[in-house]
Amino acid sequence: MNVQFRDRPASSAEAKAQAQAKTAIADCDIHPARATATELHPFLAKRWHDHLETYGKHPYQGMMEGPPYPKAQPNASRRDAYPPEGGPQGSSLSLMQRQHLDPNNVVLGVLNPLATGQGIRNHELAAAICSAINDWQIDKWTSKDARLKGSIVVANEDGPTAAAEIRKRAGDKNFVQVLLLSRTVEPLGQRRYWPIYEAAEEAGLPVGVHAFGFGGNPITASGWPSFYIEEMVGHSQCQQAVLASLVLEGVFERYPRLKMIMIEAGFGWAPSLSWRLDRSWQRLKSEVPHVKRPPSEYIRDHIWWTTQPMEDPERRDHLFDIVEWVGWDKLLFATDYPHWDFDEPSRVLPPGVSDANREAFYLGNAKALYGLA
Amino acid sequence: MTSPILGGVDCDLHPAVPHLTSLLPYLDDYWRDQVTTRGMTDLISQSYPPNSPISARPDWRPAKGKPGSSLKDMQAQALDAFSVRFAICNPLFGVQMVFSEDMAVAFTRALNDWLVKEWLDKDDRLRGSIVIPVQSVEKSVAEIERCAKDKRFVQVLMLVMGDIPLGKRAYWPIYTAAERLGLPIGIHAGSSYHNPPTSVGWGSYHIEDYVAQAQAFQTQLTSLIIEGVFARHPKLKMVMLESGFTWLAPYLWRLHKFWRGIRMETPWVDRAPLEIVRSNIRFSLQPVDAPPEPQVLNRLFDHMQSDELLLFSTDYPHWQFDGNAALPDGISSDLIRKIMIDNPLATYGRLKQVQETTP
Repeated sequence: MNVQFRDRPASSAEAKAQAQAKTAIADCDIHPARATATELHPFLAKRWHDHLETYGKHPYQGMMEGPPYPKAQPNASRRDAYPPEGGPQGSSLSLMQRQHLDPNNVVLGVLNPLATGQGIRNHELAAAICSAINDWQIDKWTSKDARLKGSIVVANEDGPTAAAEIRKRAGDKNFVQVLLLSRTVEPLGQRRYWPIYEAAEEAGLPVGVHAFGFGGNPITASGWPSFYIEEMVGHSQCQQAVLASLVLEGVFERYPRLKMIMIEAGFGWAPSLSWRLDRSWQRLKSEVPHVKRPPSEYIRDHIWWTTQPMEDPERRDHLFDIVEWVGWDKLLFATDYPHWDFDEPSRVLPPGVSDANREAFYLGNAKALYGLA
Repeated sequence: MTSPILGGVDCDLHPAVPHLTSLLPYLDDYWRDQVTTRGMTDLISQSYPPNSPISARPDWRPAKGKPGSSLKDMQAQALDAFSVRFAICNPLFGVQMVFSEDMAVAFTRALNDWLVKEWLDKDDRLRGSIVIPVQSVEKSVAEIERCAKDKRFVQVLMLVMGDIPLGKRAYWPIYTAAERLGLPIGIHAGSSYHNPPTSVGWGSYHIEDYVAQAQAFQTQLTSLIIEGVFARHPKLKMVMLESGFTWLAPYLWRLHKFWRGIRMETPWVDRAPLEIVRSNIRFSLQPVDAPPEPQVLNRLFDHMQSDELLLFSTDYPHWQFDGNAALPDGISSDLIRKIMIDNPLATYGRLKQVQETTP
């Protein structure tokens, strides 16, 4: 991570051959960006152009521009990922192809737009931006490169409106999942969010929960920390609370065909959290009679995990214990392109993995989950 | 079943204040009058509803009164049953929830005096933690200095969920006093409920709050390490109490990875987070959030890469295990000795000092 990549060779025949010799991979966490502030306007009613110009997005945090914890690098992105034609990192399809999709032999790339309508306090504006982002994903990305698939982003704090957006996109092959961010106003298992799960299950789409966002709550149970690294590390604690809520509210009892993906929040914590949930449930199940099975079983059956940022123990063999406990069939490889903590595909797995597990990890699990056999 | 050995140190027991009115003899006239005139209710935290299954093991639940309120029961069920040499009392009375620092000062002072008179004076195996009015750093330091004269107080007690993250510089005078007086800081599960118990707000259920304690410990460890508490206070020990520990290794892998990537943000963190944990942080044994298979637990110990991190605890009277199974199955006799005796004695310097019965 935080490595400066040198320019790769131009797309010569040699480079192409090298790329194709590499393992074909799915990248389940790619972040597309807008090249200009007005790039969404064609997909957004005129009313909102003026509104945004006058009042801004009015999110669940105080800064008019940028995040409350300054990132470690501009836009949290690789310094070598600025498009030569201008605009921020991740805003150019041709550079993404040249720098990432082609040389790393990405055959499936899942787009997770982060700067959307989520985390906006005006729910009508939130819904308009989310819908515009969905149109923009088709227009700028998925219609131009068949390897790329979009995520249906929704105004998550308004369940019925979010569900309507999912139903509007259901069956559209440009999209392979519904995307939520982890930092919400209330824990994601709560019933205000159930219409989202109902619509996703109905559409046969998994729901991804990507670390980050704004919900107005401090990232620790003791208030706001001081540093960016605390927020970055804290996303994995946040995701634990999200998952505990989903299980303990009975979401997977209510929506038994629902599949969810924990994106960019790590997976090393999953076994310990599962054991803690099981132990606590053994004692306290009378409080949650709607939770009918040990929590770990819901997690094993319903949850997938993207890999980046890959857990990085001192002794690499320790990683295999965790993966055994989580399940080789549940991991989805991801790079987080173009973000600075990009995981380089060729270096992420230690040696000693069977061919079958390696194939599942890099591609097979993603194809099966997203129904792209 | 793995049997505890003789002469251990139980690092986490919870004597219960029967009721706020039990503290009246330890309050001054003004506060005695406030409690009665205003009809103040008992300070029971939602973290441990007295009738919740986690708050008392079924066979440790008294016929009447709060679990943990009887010294005789504690002696029979914990001190004698596990043949301990020392037992550290961590009162979980809800003084941290109070918003007024004046009220907090009165109640914590009374609580600490109550612990001395009603518990420490009555059984010489017992040791105490100084509960501080964390609502005021200045007054917390004063209470630490007042109580520390009694060498039976062996640590300072804080809760894992409070007003601001524990590493924040505002708290450092507390850590300076504790380090100077040879007192570790014990951080126990529980909340002041001044912030929501999770980073996504308030969950619906008691079980969610309890599960969330482990995440709170993780964010607090990040805060303590990243703010530089241990660069400033290298001799300070902190003990995570009722925190669980099976999350530790994967948590550190993540913290370590990000520290390597963005250490330029906090250049004073000049040692790797896992080295800091090994030298300055300890964990009470219970709860063991792991499956019962010894091979899994031994993998987890291997992931931790240190046999010095765990301190024996029963978490009496909370329900963490049944029978005498305070130690999980399958751990080596060397590790048992470390957990029960060597590690606690190395952590709590005051346990080794000559016993004094008066302040």
